[in-house]
Amino acid sequence: MGFAIRCRDLRKTYDGKVEAVRGVSLSIAAGECFGLLGPNGAGKTTTIEILEGLLEPTSGEVEILGHAWSRNSRDLREQIGISLQETRLSEKLSVRETIELFGSFYRQPRPAQDVLEELQLTEKADAWVGKLSGGQKQRLAVATALVGNPKILFLDEPTTGLDPQSRRQLWDIIREFQSRGGTVMLTTHYMDEAEKLCDRLAIVDHGQVIAEGSPAELIAKLGGHHVVEFSASGNSDGSALETWRSLPGVESVRDDAGVISLHVDAPHITIPALLDAVERQHAQILHLTTRQASLEDVFVRLTGRHLRED
Amino acid sequence: MAISEPPVREMQTRQPVSARRNGRWSGYWHLLMARMRELKREPEVVFWVFVFPLLLALGLGIAFRSKPAAAASIAVVNSANGERPVSALLQPSQQGAFHVQVLEREAALNAFRLGKFDLVVESQGDGGYKYFYDPARPESVLARAQVDDALQAGAGRKDAVFTQSAASSEVGSRYIDFLIPGLLGMNLMNSGMWGVGFALVDMRQRKLLKRFVGTPMRRSDFLLAITSSRLVLMIIEVGLLMSFGVLFFHMRVLGSFWAIALLASLGAVAFGGIGLLTASRAQKIESVSGLINMVMMPMWIFSGVFFSYERFPAVAQPFIKLLPLTALNDALRATILEGAPLLSSAQFGRLLILALWGGISFALALKWFRWT
Repeated sequence: MGFAIRCRDLRKTYDGKVEAVRGVSLSIAAGECFGLLGPNGAGKTTTIEILEGLLEPTSGEVEILGHAWSRNSRDLREQIGISLQETRLSEKLSVRETIELFGSFYRQPRPAQDVLEELQLTEKADAWVGKLSGGQKQRLAVATALVGNPKILFLDEPTTGLDPQSRRQLWDIIREFQSRGGTVMLTTHYMDEAEKLCDRLAIVDHGQVIAEGSPAELIAKLGGHHVVEFSASGNSDGSALETWRSLPGVESVRDDAGVISLHVDAPHITIPALLDAVERQHAQILHLTTRQASLEDVFVRLTGRHLRED
Repeated sequence: MAISEPPVREMQTRQPVSARRNGRWSGYWHLLMARMRELKREPEVVFWVFVFPLLLALGLGIAFRSKPAAAASIAVVNSANGERPVSALLQPSQQGAFHVQVLEREAALNAFRLGKFDLVVESQGDGGYKYFYDPARPESVLARAQVDDALQAGAGRKDAVFTQSAASSEVGSRYIDFLIPGLLGMNLMNSGMWGVGFALVDMRQRKLLKRFVGTPMRRSDFLLAITSSRLVLMIIEVGLLMSFGVLFFHMRVLGSFWAIALLASLGAVAFGGIGLLTASRAQKIESVSGLINMVMMPMWIFSGVFFSYERFPAVAQPFIKLLPLTALNDALRATILEGAPLLSSAQFGRLLILALWGGISFALALKWFRWT
């Protein structure tokens, strides 16, 4: 099985003190969609830019399609497509001119018309880049990455700041690329994006990978596929947490400012027991919900913090 | 826990591609075209690069045009024999050198004080004249001498020596002739520094440079395209300003077209190199704007754009002559106004100064240039 991307023990230290990446090792198979999920400042962008050959790591090794960046970098660049977190393309060029410009750098680019159609930009082909909406600009950024007909697509926060419809459009484009056999590496801080799009994920925090696997595996690893959240009157004493933990089927408990989250296997067993326990304490349930566990829960469980603190 | 095997797929599933393959220069050509399109679509560029120098040349050319000396305005005090000087002054041989008005003494002196007349002439009872003039006003001094000559001649004075005068206000020695090559040099500096320096930092700030180096683009092609776009603009700039000088001010161009084109290209490339060096590290357009102005300011003042740098103290002259804009301006003036051959020793020295500035700047810029 060929690995499209491999890196071992990547480290990046800025100005000798800020450690942005602290020992990241990843192996991404050809044809996979791999995501780096983590909060802002976790080191995702630094990691992906090292993999793209745009940043020199302080230490560690990178292999893209079996080659190191130090050799054949021009040949490697022929085979990858990049969309940076924030590139402001020239506003006074039209969409088609921009795609043709990027295509001109590759030995054998795809025809601009094909890319325009695939990215649903045909109608805007002759509009200036400055006149595009946020979603259209982002699709153009991906178009400039696809015009070289790459084997690997690197996308740094491709949907940040987009409306839901534009996000779904981009997801379709990424899936379409993957379905043709392409490998995708993306960063995101949206757990729904990671869950829906990625075959495998690495959860990154403070420059380190703290968990890796498919979304389902990560959620399973958490123990308990369901989350029961409730708050009750008069349950503020510390011993209460022990009570909840001892309920049948509870894997873990977390107190988030008065709202108790229970990770459970079978809510239909846990919830009746929970209601009984509350009654025995002569307390009252103020609020009760149950939902499927998500990557957000995985992240909270692993770090004690939420992905997006806003 | 077992990690599930990622789906295995074949790698050669790239899109079917048209037979079209890009040639060696495809990237360069597209970069150049993109740059030219951007410039054309930016109204400010069109104004500052093309229209502004023409307006400057027009304004300064009109303000400092060589005009024939204005006729002196003379007031004659009305008196019993007031007609006598007037008729003498209006002799056809004086060729309309004087505007004469007859006024009462009071009114004449008043108007003289206000600057309306250059001279007041009053007949004296003894057949002589009295002049009122202002020694601080050159035109008043001149009028007094001219009127005195005319009156003496009218009264029958014979010249002791026969003299002849030939008028000389030759094309090539006027202010506008001095100015246009200077503006040409300044314009090449301005657009080189801004067109290269500012544009690059802008692209760096927009992360466009980083995006470009993420593709197989050759970095040398990119820099070459930026330089070539400067040369294309240069041809238009120089052509416009020179034709303007020739058509509006009847400037006489002694140097050959090719010599001027070569000088202007060297100037454009040299300042492109300096612009590149200025922009090699800066991350923000604000900081590069300051740097560009700092580099250009001494040359605006010292390099003889609007007035000759001979006015600065002799000690400063060797340093002034080492500035690239001084070398460019001097070389342009020598070629355009005097038709000096490019390989004369003076011209060669200037070309060398320009080439060194450009070459060293380019080399350093490539070493220090920050793409990301």
